[in-house]
Formats: sequence, C-alpha cells, structure tokens
Amino acid sequence: MTALPETTERKLGLVIDLDTCVGCHACVIACKGWNTENYGAPLADADAYGADPVGAFLNRVHSFEVEPDSGPAQLFHMPKSCLHCEDAPCVTVCPTGASFKRVEDGIVLVNESDCIGCGLCAWACPYGAREMDPVEKVMKKCTLCVDRIYNENLPEEDREPACVRTCPAGARHFGDLGDPDSAVSQLVEARGGVDLMPEQGTKPVNKYLPPRPRDADIDVLAPYLEPVDAQPKGFLGWLDRALERI
Amino acid sequence: MHPAVSIILFTTLSGMGFGLLAFLGVGIPRVEGWVAAVFFAIGFALAGGGLLFSSLHLGHPERALKAFTQWRTSWLSREAWASVATLGVVGVFAAALVVFGVRIAPLGWLGAAGCIATVYVTSMIYASLRSVPRWHHWSTSALFLAYSASGGALLAGQRWPAVAVLVVTGVGQFLAWRAGDARYAACGSTVGSATGLGHLGRVRLFEPPHTGDSYLTREMVFVVARKHARKLRSIALLLAVVLPVGLLLLPAFHHLGAAVAVLSHLAGVLCVRWLFFAEAEHVVGLYYGRRPA
Ligand code: SF4
Ligand code: SF4
Repeated sequence: MTALPETTERKLGLVIDLDTCVGCHACVIACKGWNTENYGAPLADADAYGADPVGAFLNRVHSFEVEPDSGPAQLFHMPKSCLHCEDAPCVTVCPTGASFKRVEDGIVLVNESDCIGCGLCAWACPYGAREMDPVEKVMKKCTLCVDRIYNENLPEEDREPACVRTCPAGARHFGDLGDPDSAVSQLVEARGGVDLMPEQGTKPVNKYLPPRPRDADIDVLAPYLEPVDAQPKGFLGWLDRALERI
Repeated sequence: MHPAVSIILFTTLSGMGFGLLAFLGVGIPRVEGWVAAVFFAIGFALAGGGLLFSSLHLGHPERALKAFTQWRTSWLSREAWASVATLGVVGVFAAALVVFGVRIAPLGWLGAAGCIATVYVTSMIYASLRSVPRWHHWSTSALFLAYSASGGALLAGQRWPAVAVLVVTGVGQFLAWRAGDARYAACGSTVGSATGLGHLGRVRLFEPPHTGDSYLTREMVFVVARKHARKLRSIALLLAVVLPVGLLLLPAFHHLGAAVAVLSHLAGVLCVRWLFFAEAEHVVGLYYGRRPA
C-alpha cells in the first residue's frame, strides 16, 4: 500500500558523522556484499570487465571540498543511502504498491515481486537513493539490512546494518530516531545533526552530523611548536648573514 | 532527465490521440459511417499506441496490471485507470456511431471529459515531482492540455479553432520556458543544502562516488548543451506552431496543407517533449557536481 502511515511505532535509521568518515568506501562494499548474497535480487553489475561497467549499489560515498571565506579548504566524505523519509515521495508515486513504508519501524522497502520497474520512485527521490537493477529490472534500495537487524541466527553484535558493522572509523550509527532517549537521538542532539535537503519536504529519518569547528581554533600545542631558531646564532647565524650579503 | 524515446512517443502520440477523440466525442466534426470509422481509428491508434510505447519503458511489462492498484496516491496508477476507462467509454460511443449509426451524445461528452482528464493525469505524473523543479508547476499540466487540444483540433480538421489553440499554446510554451529556467534556483536546493555543509563555505564536488556511469547519472543527470537547447526551442516552436498556423492561414487551404500541418506539428511536439525531459534538471545532480543554471 503506497499510502504513507500517519506515524510509525519506531523510526529506525542511520546517523552519519561527516567529521569522522574517512572515505574508505568499506560501507559501500559491505552493503553490496550483504545485499547481493541475501534478501532480494542480487545487486547486479553489467559489463563489469568491459568498457562501460555499470552496477547497482545501495550506498555510495561522495567527497566534497568546502572552501571557507578564509583559511584552507577542507575535504568531507559523505556516504549516502536511503534516508527512510517520513514523507517519502518515492512511496506515494509507486503505481503498484511495491514501495511501502513499514508501520512498525518506518523502514522503506520494495516488494520486488510487485515492482514493474517503471522507475518513477527513483525520479521522485531527491537523494538518488534508488537504483534499478541492471539485470533483474526491479528497483533496489537500502533495506536498513532488515534481514540482519531482526535476525536471531546472527550473533547479537551483528544485528545492525552491514555498513554500520563494517565502518572502521565508527562514522555510522544505527538506532531508533523516534525515541528521544536512544543513543542515536542523543548523538544528533549533542552534535546538531541535520537533514539533507530539508526544503524538499521529505522529512528524512537519517541524520548527518556536521563537522566540529576544529580547525578554526589554534591547537593547544601550538605555543610549544613556535620556531625556536628565529635568530640563529653560531655557525647558522654566520651562514645566515653570509648568504644575506651575497 | 534522460529523454527516453518510449516516453517521448507515449506522451506525444497519446496526447494527440486523446485530443482528437475529445473532439470526436463532442461531435466536432459531426462524422458518421466510414468517415467516422477512419477518424476514430486514427484517434485510437494514437492514444492506444502511445500507451503501448509507455509499457516499453517498464522493466517488467508482464506485471503491468498491478499498476491499477494504487490510484489513491499514485498519478501513474490514476493514468492507467483514466486511459483505460476513457478508451472504453469512447470505444462504446464509437461502436454505436459507426456500426449502428446511433449517436449517444451524453456518452460522447463523458468520453471527451475522460480524454481531458487522462491528459491532465498524465501531466501530473511529472508535475507532482518536487525533485524536478522545472516540472513542479501547474504550467506543465496546462501545456500538456494545450498541446493535446492543438493536435486534436488539427487532426479533427478544425481550421480556426486550431489556429487559436496553436497560438495560445505557442505563447504559453514560450512563457513556460522562460519561467522554467528560473525555477531550479527558486526551489532552494543547493549543493550546500544537499550536503548540509553550506554553512561552512563554498561546497564543490571533489570526487564522485564512482568513476563510470550509474543508473542515477544515466537516468537523471542528463546534460544538454545550453546553446543547443536554445536552437532546439526555436526549431520546436517553428514546427509545432508557426508552420502549421501559416499553412492554416493560406487562402487556398486544402487537404495536403492540412496533412503537412499535422506532420509538422507532430515533429514539433516531439522536439518539445525531447526538451521537456532533456532540460529537466533533477536535484540529485547536486551530488554529481551539477548546479542550478
Ligand atoms: S531517501 Fe529517497 S528512497 Fe529513501 S525514503 Fe527518502 S525519498 Fe524514498
Ligand atoms: S519502479 Fe517499482 S517500486 Fe518504483 S515506482 Fe515503479 S513499480 Fe513502484
């Protein structure tokens, strides 16, 4: 059913720390691996060793450079996957009911056996979170690893999305953003987490933590790093003066 | 957006077809017998043929019937209902008229209303997408209806109504292009809002997530050279509006002129639709280094 639920019991989602992500793309690979081997059609690649390879991914890492008014530019890595929006436009446009948002946890899913591959949901998503599988011709998107997080066959510590589990930098967090006391909600609160493109009216559940204003302050160790040889003496001093005269 | 041939043909042909069927539904021209059969056949071929082209766009056309289930929220599902219902109503009207020689006028009016509704619903598939600012406006629907009326009037051989609708359509298209050019900038989405980093300074894509193409870049990050778009706009208006109007205004107006006018209009609308898709920027382009123009 492509009508969106009024509210969902929980709002499971990700919190992604732009301050911490090192841009290693491990989450991209972990996601592709898990979602190729488990629930749904495998994430296919077409012409993988040819001149024009193309493949379906549910998570991709973009890198952005930010140039402040003064000071050096900074580089940020931004992993992007479905944000499991509360007002998900991708769900309401779907003509078949293949796309839906779950009442119990807010996860947005595609029922692949109902999908006609019209692609309209991918057009409706402002974030580019949906990709048509090049082989199966059905819409693929992040499932929040719905087949891991409730999977009692997995050890407790593995019951989180593959991207979160694999991130070596600890830049990805998973939890219930509908519960103000959850660890993820607290993190968003403490770090001023933001929505991507709030003006698109999608009310995304996933949040992004902006970088801390670290480089604006001078390092506390800076005084100890002052050059000690401002006025060289002895041999260096003679060399300095001699070179000056030439 | 990627200008897929299947959707360009679908919107163009079905728009013209439903336009013609609407005219026939209200009895303009008041045809009967064989002449009516030929007119209706052209209308059904265009409207139905267009719908068939649209199914070529699907990854799983064999499941197309499922598209009838979500009419409560989805304009695409409504489009499936509207087109099938309308073709059904007009089909009954046409059969009664051609086979039995009975004109069930109320059914004709209902069919005509259905034709207009179908074109409107088709336009809303695009106009409802906030992620494509250029489309997200009432003028998208207005123009779909205007082109449908122009094509219908031309096919129905209605000289003066066709001239009037064509002129209105041409002026409307010109204004819509100008307004559409400014709409992306006005929608508020920038690379700063897309990354949440805008408050820190100027944001620039440093490295895309993949070196090759992806479904996203092929489907939604289509780029058309600006100067080519300008030229194509002129060509499109010339073929769709100026030439047909010129032919219709010729004092010695005959069937050959009308046929050329129809073909020129068809070619022009195909150009217009190509531009409709090719020029439509999707906000996901912000993640791939494309900025609002
Ligand atoms: S991020 Fe895109 S695909 Fe995911 S729920 Fe939001 S609109 Fe839908
Ligand atoms: S591609 Fe599939 S999931 Fe997406 S709108 Fe079409 S039918 Fe629904």
